[in-house]
Amino acid sequence: MSERENIFARIREGLSVKAHPHHGSGLPTVAEQRSVMPPVGASADEQIALFARNAAELKATFKRVNNSSELTAELRALRDIEKWQRVATHRSQLAHTQAVGLGLPTLVTDDGYDKHELEQCDVGISECDALIAQTGTVLVTSQTAGGRALSCLPPHHVVIARRDQLVADLPAACAVVKQRHGANYPSMISFITGPSRTGDIERILVLGAHGPKKLTIFCLS
Amino acid sequence: MSAPVAHFDEDSRRVAADLRHRSIIQTAMGKYEVVRDQRKLWFQDWQGARNLAARTKFEAVNHLDTHLAEFAKTLEARGTKLHWASNAEQARIIILGILKEKNAKVVVKSKAMTSEEIHLNDAMEKSGYEVVESDLGEYIVQLREEAPYHLVFPAMHLTRGEIKDLFQKKLNDAPSDDPEVLTMVARRALRKKYLQADVGITGANFAIAETGMISITENEGNARLTAALPKTMITLVGIEKVLPRLEDLALFLPMLAVMGTGQPLTCYNTMYGGPRQPGEADGPEEYHVVLLDNQRTLLLADAEQRDALGCIRCGACLNVCPIFRNVGGHTYGTVYGGPIGSVITPHLRGLQEWKHLSYASSLCGACTETCPVKIDLHHHLLQNRRNASAPTTGKPNFFQKLLFKVFAAVANSPGSWSFTTKLSRIGMKLRALVNGSVLDPAQAWTKTRELPPMARQSFREWLKEREP
Repeated sequence: MSERENIFARIREGLSVKAHPHHGSGLPTVAEQRSVMPPVGASADEQIALFARNAAELKATFKRVNNSSELTAELRALRDIEKWQRVATHRSQLAHTQAVGLGLPTLVTDDGYDKHELEQCDVGISECDALIAQTGTVLVTSQTAGGRALSCLPPHHVVIARRDQLVADLPAACAVVKQRHGANYPSMISFITGPSRTGDIERILVLGAHGPKKLTIFCLS
Repeated sequence: MSAPVAHFDEDSRRVAADLRHRSIIQTAMGKYEVVRDQRKLWFQDWQGARNLAARTKFEAVNHLDTHLAEFAKTLEARGTKLHWASNAEQARIIILGILKEKNAKVVVKSKAMTSEEIHLNDAMEKSGYEVVESDLGEYIVQLREEAPYHLVFPAMHLTRGEIKDLFQKKLNDAPSDDPEVLTMVARRALRKKYLQADVGITGANFAIAETGMISITENEGNARLTAALPKTMITLVGIEKVLPRLEDLALFLPMLAVMGTGQPLTCYNTMYGGPRQPGEADGPEEYHVVLLDNQRTLLLADAEQRDALGCIRCGACLNVCPIFRNVGGHTYGTVYGGPIGSVITPHLRGLQEWKHLSYASSLCGACTETCPVKIDLHHHLLQNRRNASAPTTGKPNFFQKLLFKVFAAVANSPGSWSFTTKLSRIGMKLRALVNGSVLDPAQAWTKTRELPPMARQSFREWLKEREP
């Protein structure tokens, strides 16, 4: 027998004795989950306000912009303040156009790239699949945010989201993933909640442990 | 005494008396308790959430065959190479085989308790590979050549000064003892390794059957980079980590963060379901998942304690355990410390050799009360005590029988009971004269603790005075 078969044989034998479900049985429904989980307001305005509060608490920067020229102005201001030399982005409608518009050497991950070069970029500009109000989270995937490293290797991750990408809570985000990718899941799906951090030294918070030190989220209305 | 119990005995005495250790742990735990309690209140119904989590894990574990088969099928469908290991040795052989085939030199790892369980680093280093732990806490303990102190906070027993000295000695780079400066030292050192590494090895917090993906919970981004840059990625995961559905994560991710670190959600919660797919910009060319049994099926066969397989390794039971907080993480001599470790280690590594851990508990039940998936931890410790006492040695001997006969005779007669308590009161006064010395009959207790005096009056005497 293969080890796979051996393991399954032991599992089935072990499970032949039934355990008592002390805390009930049956998988909870999403409605049951929502009844216990952190509350989220029903209206769109409440949700965006909640996202903004959560982002601030996580030490991420969240800004709403009304149109793409406002967004361009914001990005140019960041470029000048942080003295960006090189930017990285991916083939996409919003992020790519904006990144190229900065007039700096631009690495596009979809074209195939050298990881050492990506590491030298000052910022990674990507799109996302959803913003989650409940936790202030950005949902990215390897298909829709330029692969695995773009949102993690450069020291600053800039996310460009559309207003209609904001969802209320984690169950809703799971539903977005299934709806958008159910037929062919990306090889990576990541819930990003604030910039990289650690508390491993005396439980003192330090940002930018291995991933980005800064996370900026622009929401385009 | 067997080696593990002798080690436990010696270390627990030493660490419990170490006031410096105590103050470090109390400070860290104090900070944790504050944020954890705030976050519990953030939930609409934390106790309700625990019930749902326990129910989900009950379904997952009690139908493990179905869910594991689904996980394997969906994962393999998109090009992941799946390996099955019944024990630690098989898992090591599989992983060393992949490293050899890939002609690897440098291996970068993100935190994986399963790899500690199979002593993977040791095996890889002996075979000549350079192995680098990338989680900051794990990196620190790796440089110190010691085991992680805690499931979630591997280096919580160290001060910034000790870490500065360590970095100075091993990396020749420690400008100050500021935690931010020290973190940046590690960031610089490890960035080179991510770019250099041929293989990245990770653990997994969950395995989602429905989507065929593993899920990794982390804060630093080290697992993200481990999974993004090397050409080959390997995940080592216990077979019990399976959750049936994607939406189960919606409940488990925030609960793990709240109990683990007191965060609403950790910074990165990432699912991986294969190597780089067509149309994707990057990612490993090959993805291997090693599914590890290593006695988990033995615990599964114990229907009474099967719920212990639902553990999500949040470390909450360690944090509240008065024993853990006094004897520290290294004293256990196990990969998994604290109450959950004391419950599962006898199953994973042998009941007789590890039965002493069942007594490393005051049975206060704080662990059971805090556990987010409602594992009945302190009762399992009692069950392990029962299971460890063989039927013959479990029976009382002649003196024990005699003692209980005398006690029964005294306790069954009001007159002799009252006489004995009066006598005891005098005895206690005499005992106080030799308190703590070898002449003290209660020396086992009094040499390290105070013995409270007996009440001046018994309840019956007190009542008699007040009766009309």
